Amino acid sequence: MEHTEHILSYGKLTAVWVALLVLTAATIMVTRFELGVWKVWAALAIASVKSGLVIAFFMHMKYEPRLFRIILFVALFTLAGFIGGTFFDVLYR
Amino acid sequence: MSQDTAMAQGGFWRDTGRSGIGSWIFSTDHKRIGMMYLYCVLSFFLVGVVLGFLIRLELIAPGPTIVTAQTYNALFTVHGVVMIFLFIIPGIPASFGNLVLPIQLGARDVAFPRVNLLSWWLYAIGAVIVLVSLFTGGGAPDTGWTFYVPFSARTSTNVSLAVFGVFVLGFSSILTGINFITTIHRMRAPGMTWTRLPLFTWSLYATAWVQVLATPIIAITLLLVVTERILGLGLFDPNRGGDPVMYQHMFWIYSHPAVYIMILPGMGVISDIIPVFSRKPIFGYKMIAFSSLAIAAAGSAVWGHHMYTSGMSDLGVLVFSFLTFIVAIPSAIKVFNWVSTMYKGSISLEAPMLFALSFILLFSIGGLSGLILGAAATDIHVHDTHFVVGHFHYVMFGGTGFAFFAAAHYWLPKYYGRRYKEKPAIFGWILMFVGFNVMYFTMQVLGMEGMPRRYYDYLPEFARLNFVATVGSWILVAGIVIVVWNLWRGLFRGEPFTGNPWGGATLEWSIATPPPTENFDEDPVVTHGPYEFKGAGIP
Repeated sequence: MEHTEHILSYGKLTAVWVALLVLTAATIMVTRFELGVWKVWAALAIASVKSGLVIAFFMHMKYEPRLFRIILFVALFTLAGFIGGTFFDVLYR
Repeated sequence: MSQDTAMAQGGFWRDTGRSGIGSWIFSTDHKRIGMMYLYCVLSFFLVGVVLGFLIRLELIAPGPTIVTAQTYNALFTVHGVVMIFLFIIPGIPASFGNLVLPIQLGARDVAFPRVNLLSWWLYAIGAVIVLVSLFTGGGAPDTGWTFYVPFSARTSTNVSLAVFGVFVLGFSSILTGINFITTIHRMRAPGMTWTRLPLFTWSLYATAWVQVLATPIIAITLLLVVTERILGLGLFDPNRGGDPVMYQHMFWIYSHPAVYIMILPGMGVISDIIPVFSRKPIFGYKMIAFSSLAIAAAGSAVWGHHMYTSGMSDLGVLVFSFLTFIVAIPSAIKVFNWVSTMYKGSISLEAPMLFALSFILLFSIGGLSGLILGAAATDIHVHDTHFVVGHFHYVMFGGTGFAFFAAAHYWLPKYYGRRYKEKPAIFGWILMFVGFNVMYFTMQVLGMEGMPRRYYDYLPEFARLNFVATVGSWILVAGIVIVVWNLWRGLFRGEPFTGNPWGGATLEWSIATPPPTENFDEDPVVTHGPYEFKGAGIP
């Protein structure tokens, strides 16, 4: 499994940073709307996109071999399962 | 290196380049680290046994017997913390995993030897913190090993330091998991394909994933308890927008998968021992291997079954009850395949096999009683009774504990180059088996009759069975003393143990006894499966 170094341009890094700032603003914005239980889903969706950007570009996972990406996906899928499982309780009490 | 040369040099025991205690606590040799884990976990096991013995002694009769109520609360809490976090979680993976895994793969060490040493140091530091917490601050925690809020956030006992110790222990577990996953992926010898991995290694692989993915959750949860105690944020206080049931979710999201961290390596030990002592290849290799992964995956989705009476939603109860029953399928696959392996085998009833056989029976009783707890309707009746305590010990002690001793009798002679005496081992095993069932089966009956767990006192109608259970604990402890003494004496002063007397076909039996520091003179090339005894040069 060969590892090749991949250097991201300042432009791309800045674009990701700006996207993260915008999404952070969006996280705050959605709290102003009365979305009921969907508020949690909206916050989780935005957080997922943000962490996806960090993982893909800042952590270079987009450029890593497939095995590493699969392993990371397993970890994220498990975390999503843990969070999702609690909703069988929290949303239906 | 020939066998005689290795014996003369003492293998990894002598060939280190360092001397004194530094040759141990700064060693990156997986076998030395495994040995350090082994001595630590065995010491904590014996501490836990003493605490458990005292708990049972207190319950021999109603009312105050040998300790006060507050001491009793501390006893069952510390017994749980020591046994769970210091013995049974690192018990098989960190000790026998370190000793055996790299050799079974044909590797000279784990992928990250220094990280491996760091794991042991974190374990030692975490253990010291937990022990210090017992004697400082407000005294030993009295919450039970589950540290449930709101009590854990309010009690004046030394909960903060104890949970911080557990937090540090968690990092040790995560690092071991990362090391084993990487080692199994990247360090296999030529020819060691995934379907030639010994089943003990497969079980460690599944375990390692659970260690890596679930342990961070307990770390966060316990830090939240400390935060709650120090800052009083109201995270779990409903009066301030918090949710006490959320603590239980977070605790069990780790602590139920942790049960599989405890039992899966034990199942791996049994899967390696049964074919060797049945003189037959394992039945259903792939099913056993994949059932380890299935147990790890399904076991990570069933935590809610600890919370049927905690105010969880009806839908939550329904979903988690259903998911719990799914775990029974891969567990049953293993049991059926072990029994099928023995069918028409030439069974040799030596000490490792006796412990393995008792594992199957005791684990099956524990697993089946788990179905009573997994079904919400019946769980309501036995929740928080001695039935739960009995069930848990059938799985954890009858399962993992007996597997630990099976592994000790199977592998330790290989690492010491000396062996124990067979008759005391079998006599100790008989006492353990009898004492175990007298104690824990009686506790299950007590639970069915309504005796609550963690209660200092009880109604007179429970007195007779409590007395029987306490007598069982005496027999069990006598058996443990004999087994440990016989191992200790045999491994240091027993008859020499050379070659491959059990007739194992996995790689650890192909090298010198005790194993040399580098394990293999030349990288081995694997040409047969781990349970193909014919043509593997086995006498």
